Amino acid sequence: MIKNLICVACPLGCPIEVEVDGTQVVSVKGNTCKRGDEYARTEITNPVRSLTTSVKLEGGMHPVVPVKSSGAIPKDKMFQCMEAINSVTIKAPVKIGDVVVENILGLGVDIVATNCDSGK
Amino acid sequence: MLNYDLVVVGGGPAGMAAALKAKEEGVEKVVILERAETLGGILEQCIHTGFGLHYFGEELSGPEYAGRFIEQVENTDIDVYTDTMVLNVSDSNVVTAVNNKDGLLQFQAIAVVLAMGCRERPRGALSIAGSRPAGIMTAGTAQKYVNIDGYMPGKKVVILGSGDIGLIMARRMTLEGAEVKVVCELMPYSGGLQRNIVQCLDDFGIPLRLSCTVVKTHGKDRLEGITIANVDERLKPIPGTEEYIECDTLLLSVGLIPENELSKDAGVDLDMITNGPVVDEYRETLRPGVFACGNVLQVHDLVDYVTEESQIAGKGAADYIFGKKKGGTFINTKGINGVRYVVPQRVNIEGEKKLKLYFRVGQVFKGARVVVECDGEVLSSRKKVKLAPGEMENVVITPEMLKKMNKDSEIIVRVEE
Ligand SMILES: Cc1cc2nc3c(=O)[nH]c(=O)nc-3n(C[C@H](O)[C@H](O)[C@H](O)COP(=O)(O)OP(=O)(O)OC[C@H]3O[C@@H](n4cnc5c(N)ncnc54)[C@H](O)[C@@H]3O)c2cc1C
Ligand code: SF4
Repeated sequence: MIKNLICVACPLGCPIEVEVDGTQVVSVKGNTCKRGDEYARTEITNPVRSLTTSVKLEGGMHPVVPVKSSGAIPKDKMFQCMEAINSVTIKAPVKIGDVVVENILGLGVDIVATNCDSGK
Repeated sequence: MLNYDLVVVGGGPAGMAAALKAKEEGVEKVVILERAETLGGILEQCIHTGFGLHYFGEELSGPEYAGRFIEQVENTDIDVYTDTMVLNVSDSNVVTAVNNKDGLLQFQAIAVVLAMGCRERPRGALSIAGSRPAGIMTAGTAQKYVNIDGYMPGKKVVILGSGDIGLIMARRMTLEGAEVKVVCELMPYSGGLQRNIVQCLDDFGIPLRLSCTVVKTHGKDRLEGITIANVDERLKPIPGTEEYIECDTLLLSVGLIPENELSKDAGVDLDMITNGPVVDEYRETLRPGVFACGNVLQVHDLVDYVTEESQIAGKGAADYIFGKKKGGTFINTKGINGVRYVVPQRVNIEGEKKLKLYFRVGQVFKGARVVVECDGEVLSSRKKVKLAPGEMENVVITPEMLKKMNKDSEIIVRVEE
C-alpha cells in the first residue's frame, strides 16, 4: 500500500510517498534529505511529535513560563503529557534549560523551560 | 540630549541583530529602544519550535532563539532602554522617546535603524457584519493571552485565516482543552506552511475549509456563534451556502502589516505593496542614514531571514557612520507576472558583492520558472517545484550581472509557467 505524507521535520515540507507492507516500510520516496526518510519510517511505525506548552510559575514576572519536551513524544501521549504538565507549578527564578518535569510519564523525555524569568 | 552613533528602534530579533552587527563592525555608541518590558519582540510569545534551523542549524522555540541574541547584547556595551516608547524620528535623526523612569528622552543619532516589526490586521480592516461582542480577537492577541499572561480566552473556537499564526494557535488552544471547530480560509489554498497544516490541524482532526469566510457574527455581550459561507472565484460569498457554527471565540489570522507610523512621520518613502520603506541593498531608506530591517520592511515567515537582513542593515549603518558608504548609481528592481514585490527596491550597479533579491508570488505556481532579466536579457532562470504566497523566495544577482547594467536599466523578476 502507498501512503502519502508531508515531512514535518523542517519548514520545506516535502511530499513523501511511502510503500508499506502491513507494518513494514518497503520504500520511501520524495524526501530531500535523510531526515525525511527517518521521519517517514517513524511516522508509519510510531508517530512522534515534540511538545511545546507552558507551565504555571509562582513569583515570576509572568504567571507562566514556556516549556518544551527535550525529545519527541508518541503522538497518542500528547494529552496525557499536557495533563501532567498542567498539574505542576514551579517557582521563579527559572532559566532556559531548567528541567521542569523529569522523565515525563516514564517516556525518557524531560520537560524543560525555554525562557527565563528572574522573578518580580 | 543624549548622543549616540546608532539608535535602533525596536528590540526584536531585527533590532538586536542590527545593533550587534554594527557593534561588531566597530561602532562605539549603540542604543536599542524597546517599548515592551523585555527584549525579544514577538518571539517571546511564539513558544512553539521551528526557529533557527537555517541560522543555528537547530530547531529552537521563539524565546530560545531570542534568548541567544539577548545574551549577546548583554555581553556587549550596547545600551538598552526597555519600557521605552519611541514617539518620533526627526529630519535630523533626533529620536524622541518616553518612559516612566526618565520621562521624555531625546537621542541625537548619526544613523537610525527602524526595526519596529509588524502588527496583525485587526477586525476593523475586514468587513464582517453583525454585532461587536467579546470573544473576537486576532490570533496573535490570543497567543499572548495563553503563552504570556497564562489564561485561555475561550472554549469553542473558530479561526478565520490559515496563516501560520492561526494554525499554531489552533493546536495551542486544542492542547489547552479548547475545541477548535474549523479553520476557514478565504483563498483556495492555505497561506501557512504545509508542516503546520499536518502538525497543527491534521494531528488533531481539525478541519480546514478553503474558499470559505465568516459573513456574520452573533451574540450581544459574548460571541455565541458565527455564520460562514463559501466564496466564488471573485471571493464573494455564495448565497445559499451559509452555515451557522456555535462558538464563543473567533480568532483572526488574516495577515500582518508592517508598523510604519514612525517611518511615515520621519518622511521615509514607503512601497505601496510591501507597506514597508523603499530600501537599497544596504537596507538604507531614501532618507540618508535611516535604515530598516525585519518585519517593518517586509513581512517575514522565517525569523532566520530577519536576522540575515538585519545584519545587512547593521553593516550598512556602520559603513554610513564611518563615512564608508559607497555612492554609486542606483537602479530599480521590479516584480511582474506573478511576482508581487521585490526587496530591496533599489540596487547599486557599482556594487562589488553578490546580493540577494527577496520576493513573494501572488498565487500558487507548480513547476514554474523564476526568471530574472534586465534590458531584455535573461540573467538567470531557475525551475521551482512550488512557489506559494506564504513563502518568501530569493534570487541572486552577481557583480558580473551588475557590470552589464547602466543607469536606465531595471532588474525584473518574473514567473514563467
Ligand atoms: C503574532 C505573531 C506571531 C508570529 N509567529 C511567528 C512564528 O511562529 N514563526 C516565525 O518564524 N515568525 C513568526 N512571526 C513573524 C515574526 O514576527 C518574525 O519572524 C520576527 O519576530 C520579526 O522580528 P522583528 O524584530 O522585525 O519584529 P518584532 O519581533 O515584532 O519586534 C519589533 C519590536 O519593536 C518594538 N517596537 C515597535 N514599535 C516601537 C516603538 N514605537 N518604540 C519602541 N519599540 C517599538 C516592539 O515592541 C517589538 O518588540 C509572528 C509575527 C506575529 C506578529
Ligand atoms: S525531507 Fe528533509 S528537506 Fe524535506 S521537509 Fe523533511 S527534513 Fe526538510
